[in-house]
Amino acid sequence: MNAELEQQIRDVLREHARLPVDPDRIGRDADLYRAGMTSHASVNVMLALEDRFDVEFPEAMLKRSAFESIASIATAVGSLLREAA
Amino acid sequence: MSAPAASGRLSGAIAAAELLEEVRRVAREVAAAHADEVDRRARFPVEAIDALRGCGALSMAVPAELGGAGAPLAEVARAGFELARCCAATGMVFAMHQIQVATIVRHLSLAPAWFRGYLRELATEQRLIASITSEIGTGGDMGSSIAALTPAAGGMLTLEKRAPTVSYGAYADDFLTTARRSPEAERGDQVLVLHRAAETTLEPLGEWDTLGMRGTCSPGFAVRARFRAEQVLAEAVPTILTESLVPLSHILWSWVWLGIATDAFERGRRFVRESARRNGGEPTHVASALSRVMAELSLMRGEVSCALEDYLRWSGEPERLSTLGAVLRFNNLKLAASEQVQRICGGVLQAIGIAAYRNDTPFSVARHVRDALSARVMVANDRIHATDAGLLLLAKEV
Repeated sequence: MNAELEQQIRDVLREHARLPVDPDRIGRDADLYRAGMTSHASVNVMLALEDRFDVEFPEAMLKRSAFESIASIATAVGSLLREAA
Repeated sequence: MSAPAASGRLSGAIAAAELLEEVRRVAREVAAAHADEVDRRARFPVEAIDALRGCGALSMAVPAELGGAGAPLAEVARAGFELARCCAATGMVFAMHQIQVATIVRHLSLAPAWFRGYLRELATEQRLIASITSEIGTGGDMGSSIAALTPAAGGMLTLEKRAPTVSYGAYADDFLTTARRSPEAERGDQVLVLHRAAETTLEPLGEWDTLGMRGTCSPGFAVRARFRAEQVLAEAVPTILTESLVPLSHILWSWVWLGIATDAFERGRRFVRESARRNGGEPTHVASALSRVMAELSLMRGEVSCALEDYLRWSGEPERLSTLGAVLRFNNLKLAASEQVQRICGGVLQAIGIAAYRNDTPFSVARHVRDALSARVMVANDRIHATDAGLLLLAKEV
């Protein structure tokens, strides 16, 4: 489940994060902002994640740190999916 | 001004309230006296800044244990407001310096020990910090840099940056500059570095001859600096931008703009009173036009105060400050205050007419109108609207 979730997140990043490298080559804990994700791109990533997983991020999650790595995105999305289940 | 008393005070922490009173005095006695000439000649308000140094106001926000006054943000904002009521350029230079100081203070716990020594020095020598955050070629995005810290001989670092504006660059003692962490780093992977004027060369890229805020002397410069690694703040720039640099800038600028608007209104009020006196004590139609301006001023004061309170309430929770809702909140302050100051100054001009339009009457608001126009172009409002447009698709609590 976790590996599958992370793969889906990487797919979203590939499409929306406009990173100079392929997301498959980025470690799960690597800092996406340092890898080149701009704050503008991160907004697109957040929107795309909401669409992809059919969730809505609550205000408290809408902060930079929640989207700084594949692992932190997986934690955020994972908790919303569990709540929905 | 009694210089010996002032320098004696610099060693200890003088009560913040007392310092604010001193700043008010500098505003009335020094800044006001030179404001017109500073504006006309587009020259740095050297007398007022020196007088602020004399009373220790440049270290107003430095913690008391490091030799500053440890003044709370509200007092610093108030000081910028008082100065701008008398000379907008002085108020803005003061506010910008305090933004750099407050940013360093906020991120001090993670910073190299060098910064504590630096703040002590700032308090003793009343050093003035300018910022070099904008860069030619980044499309006005503060969160991205082309310039990079580059390792040099002897463990030193260098950077080269072309900045489109550096406010009071030629008059600063030190600079707080954004750059990429290394030559290999992505554009958004930035750090903040503090380098002294002695470690910096500035080559002007043009003149500063503008419509308003002429005394801030903010031409572009080609900047070259060489410094030690310990002069780099450890905290990542994106965190600094959301937690301190952006909200503090919008708050302290807004208080300066409120100062401009307040003085424009005051000039209108004096005009109305004089014309009523000539009119046998009856208010003229000008008074009712000014009453509308008063309501606009009240609205502006409300927003500017409320944003400061929001920041103070959230400043203990970095997580809250980094939410999209908080980003929007302080962007909205900038948009509202910058448009409101223009509306108020223009409103006074319209209410009073020719006496306000002329440069040579006590009721002139010509300088105020021009200074107010700077508010919407320093970080262009259209750019902020574009950012907000993206954020409001996601943010829930705005």
